[in-house]
Amino acid sequence: MPDLMKTPPADEPEVALAPPSGKAAEAGEVGGARSLWGDAWRDLRRRPLFVVSGLLILLVLLVSAFPGLFTSTDPGSGDLTKNFLGSPNLTHFFQDDWFGYDRQGRSIYARVVFGARNSVMVGLGVTLLVTFFGGLVGMLAGYFGGFWDSLLSRITDVFFGIPFLLGAMVVLNAFTDRDVWVITGALAFLGWTQIARVMRGAVITTKHADYVMAAKALGAGTKRILFRHVLPNAVAPVIVVATIALGTYIVAESTLSYLGLGFGSDAVSWGADISDATQDIRNNPHTLIFPAGMLSITVLAFIMLGDAVREALDPKLR
Amino acid sequence: MTITEKTADVPAPRSGEDKSGRLLDVKDLHVEFHTRDGVVKAVNGVNYSVDAGETLAVLGESGSGKSVTAQAIMGILDMPPGKIPQGEIVFRGQDMLKMSGEERRKIRGRKIAMIFQDALSSLNPVLSVGYQLGEMFRVHEGMSRKEAKAKAVELMDRVKIPAAKQRVSDYPHQFSGGMRQRIMIAMALALEPDLIIADEPTTALDVTVQAQVMDLLAELQREYNMGLILITHDLGVVADVADKIAVMYAGRIVETAPVHELYKRPAHPYTRGLLDSIPRLDQKGQELYAIKGLPPNLLKIPSGCAFNPRCPKATDICRTDVPPLVPVTERDGAELVGRGSACHFWKETIHG
Amino acid sequence: MAEVSKNDEPTDVTPNVTEVEAVDAETPEDAVAVIEAPAERGEPILQVRNLVKHFPLTQGVIVKRQVGAVKAVDGISFDLYQGETLGIVGESGCGKSTVAKLLMTLEQATAGEVFYKGQDITKLSGRALKAVRRNIQMVFQDPYTSLNPRMTVGDIIGEPFEIHPEVAPKGDRRRKVQELLDVVGLNPEYINRYPHQFSGGQRQRIGIARGLALNPEIIICDEPVSALDVSVQAQVINLMEKLQDEFNLSYLFIAHDLSIVRHISDRVGVMYLGKMAEIGSDEQIYDHPTHPYTQALLSAVPVPDPEAREGRERIILTGDVPSPANPPSGCRFRTRCWKAQDRCAEEIPLLAIPERFVGKDTPAAHESACHFAEEKDVVHAA
Repeated sequence: MPDLMKTPPADEPEVALAPPSGKAAEAGEVGGARSLWGDAWRDLRRRPLFVVSGLLILLVLLVSAFPGLFTSTDPGSGDLTKNFLGSPNLTHFFQDDWFGYDRQGRSIYARVVFGARNSVMVGLGVTLLVTFFGGLVGMLAGYFGGFWDSLLSRITDVFFGIPFLLGAMVVLNAFTDRDVWVITGALAFLGWTQIARVMRGAVITTKHADYVMAAKALGAGTKRILFRHVLPNAVAPVIVVATIALGTYIVAESTLSYLGLGFGSDAVSWGADISDATQDIRNNPHTLIFPAGMLSITVLAFIMLGDAVREALDPKLR
Repeated sequence: MTITEKTADVPAPRSGEDKSGRLLDVKDLHVEFHTRDGVVKAVNGVNYSVDAGETLAVLGESGSGKSVTAQAIMGILDMPPGKIPQGEIVFRGQDMLKMSGEERRKIRGRKIAMIFQDALSSLNPVLSVGYQLGEMFRVHEGMSRKEAKAKAVELMDRVKIPAAKQRVSDYPHQFSGGMRQRIMIAMALALEPDLIIADEPTTALDVTVQAQVMDLLAELQREYNMGLILITHDLGVVADVADKIAVMYAGRIVETAPVHELYKRPAHPYTRGLLDSIPRLDQKGQELYAIKGLPPNLLKIPSGCAFNPRCPKATDICRTDVPPLVPVTERDGAELVGRGSACHFWKETIHG
Repeated sequence: MAEVSKNDEPTDVTPNVTEVEAVDAETPEDAVAVIEAPAERGEPILQVRNLVKHFPLTQGVIVKRQVGAVKAVDGISFDLYQGETLGIVGESGCGKSTVAKLLMTLEQATAGEVFYKGQDITKLSGRALKAVRRNIQMVFQDPYTSLNPRMTVGDIIGEPFEIHPEVAPKGDRRRKVQELLDVVGLNPEYINRYPHQFSGGQRQRIGIARGLALNPEIIICDEPVSALDVSVQAQVINLMEKLQDEFNLSYLFIAHDLSIVRHISDRVGVMYLGKMAEIGSDEQIYDHPTHPYTQALLSAVPVPDPEAREGRERIILTGDVPSPANPPSGCRFRTRCWKAQDRCAEEIPLLAIPERFVGKDTPAAHESACHFAEEKDVVHAA
């Protein structure tokens, strides 16, 4: 579900953490009512994995939201005569020639900064859509079973049979004006099946658990059982798959751009830049290294975040 | 069929090999596990021995170290995280902990075999029972497929599986729990080991089937003159088949005794508490005696006697000094063979 | 391919699982049970009549065809009185856990009725069912899987109040949860801990606290101590007995451990393959069993006393429990019974006081479903 991707709400009753003895169990004995998310957040703040990945993601999000803060150079304008494939100058922090120039004399630094928005939007957008709809389909199929399971699972299978990239190419080919929304929609349209399958499996294992039975015996309704008992115990694999998939969506966008089916030539995106760089890799690897490096770091940060959140949501691993 | 005739005489005990005397001697065995939360001290100096034809029951609750000891003997501990910092496991005069992996593999299955609690998960679901039984003979003794299958049928007959010939090609799920446990026993018996370790062999079975399986195990043990280590938490099962008992608590042996003695006159407060806390079938008492408190956390074993926080008799010495396993004697000092207790107050416990 | 029902049993498989009305009593068991109700106990709080649960076996991927049924529970009747403990014993597969689920309406009965204070709860749904659930609660077998690992103890024990907000006003709940923790012998300060931070016995106490939260009249205990260590079992049993006195609870205590059942129960029912083989007071069943299955079961129980053991007769049954999908005709126990005769294969023995004991003032005069019932003490040393 979408809010799984966010950091959990910060409703920490700070009072509780008074005893400095350090033992987590002891510290938990006093204090106000706690929630799973509150505890997860408290736990997350102490994890280096989470702090590092969180800061990285924050930085990437900041760059995507306000590229103007990081450079004032227009990523589209280049000076062929002066800067043709100029090498990077690693000591010139935040300056145009920090990462060097590309074949058209454009500042790679400026392009990396401005490209972040499209790439991150596609990656995040597709992941959110896919987790929501795929998760919903998987949850309903898994929980209600029977006819609904047969129906939804067969639909999932049909979509699963469509090759992801080929399908995206066919769909995108139908659009002439391909902006972020179109690309996000096309990838999400084809990508939800994986999450649906993972979610369905996780829900089926969870719904037979004794504690679900116990909740039913208390007279709990379907909504409570689904959202209090089944979902929290079934999301862990979904979070992992979703965060890993996020990277592949960003990569898919770049592949599509490379094939001429992604963003148009005037749009800036890491994918488009990576594909442009391929012709210069041998003599000017910097044209590839920086956009590709940014892409890798972003993807890695999300995967690390997913791992940290998954562990924090499992009280047994704390 | 000629094959059956040819193999008919095999189950007779092997001759020419010493089948008597001391089989296994575990000396001061320690096992610990290094985990994220610290060092789990699962076994803290266990001593026991088994002779040929003898049944030793190792009794303990979960976390007492009874299964870990068995796994250490079998050499199937996960290392790491497991570690054996100290101790000897002497099998027929040789310390197995000093052997190479290859040497130990030769002993495993051939000389020492193990029966697990959960027969269903110990059998491979996609291979027929006959194939799995025959595997031993193909791998260890280089038999042909046909010979191995004949041996498998024979083994199934030995553990009294009805219609063995027809069922040899069936898969594990087609057998009931009791039958699967018989198959496990057949597998352990296949190479006629000197020693069998049975880890809760009947816990997963129903009472009426439990009795069948225990009887079978006892009968086969007599027939082959094997040593048997029976690991269990069930005081009732032990009473039926064991010769001697070792009671474990928090990785130590707290009491050893011949089976009848233990039930009549326990010499350790833990044993006494256990005996008092099980309801009896033939009498209806009032409130059950309950040992207070919880089994110890192996990360933080209490100082002194590990049982002291739960013990009704505990005094200051129990909180500071670890009681050694000392011989237990009659009131007048007469020797009680095979009895030992690791309690500072064993005299008071046994003699009231 | 297999027909709908292969066995020669006169059970009428109801054509539609949801339609449970049209089943008339197939055996006179219920009539007998009513007559036998001891007068001094007053009205039973729970009356179970001819309860049947068949799990259909189906074939086919798209069009599901029923090819048979697992007869998990096949016509069970008994009463539960206020403040008493009725023990149900039997081996795995005898249907005792299914009975628990049926009484909790966690499974839909194929046929039969369960009357709680005169109201048939198998036909209830929605609000009415929810109201009944307040009064019938359950303690589960496995304390490691019956508590949601992602909820704190406070949330787990407090959940009943969220589902039934009328029981405790919102501001009061936390205090109530702490009281419950105290009642079951746990430190009320543990309210913010997670289940995995507790040992098995403590977790079972949490499960019991959850069951108690709504002040139920009946608690159905499905093997509540079988997953616990021996030294902890006694603690939990003692706690359950204490709570029974304190809150005047009725327990249906389902277990396979006959010693524990004897200890806690006032009356005991022995189940075999979906049917009740014998039912009576604990003394009647343990000291004067008349059904061969009960006798075999009792004699097989390992007794932690080698000396008492030696004087006892042991009956070792051959073979395993037959599959409930295809139970033997006539008496279900006949395939393993040493007394079986032709009559046993043809005629289903009814659960009733055996003819030879009718009207006699002997503890053997209790209901037993055997054509050849006779008394045999297998528990005490000869």
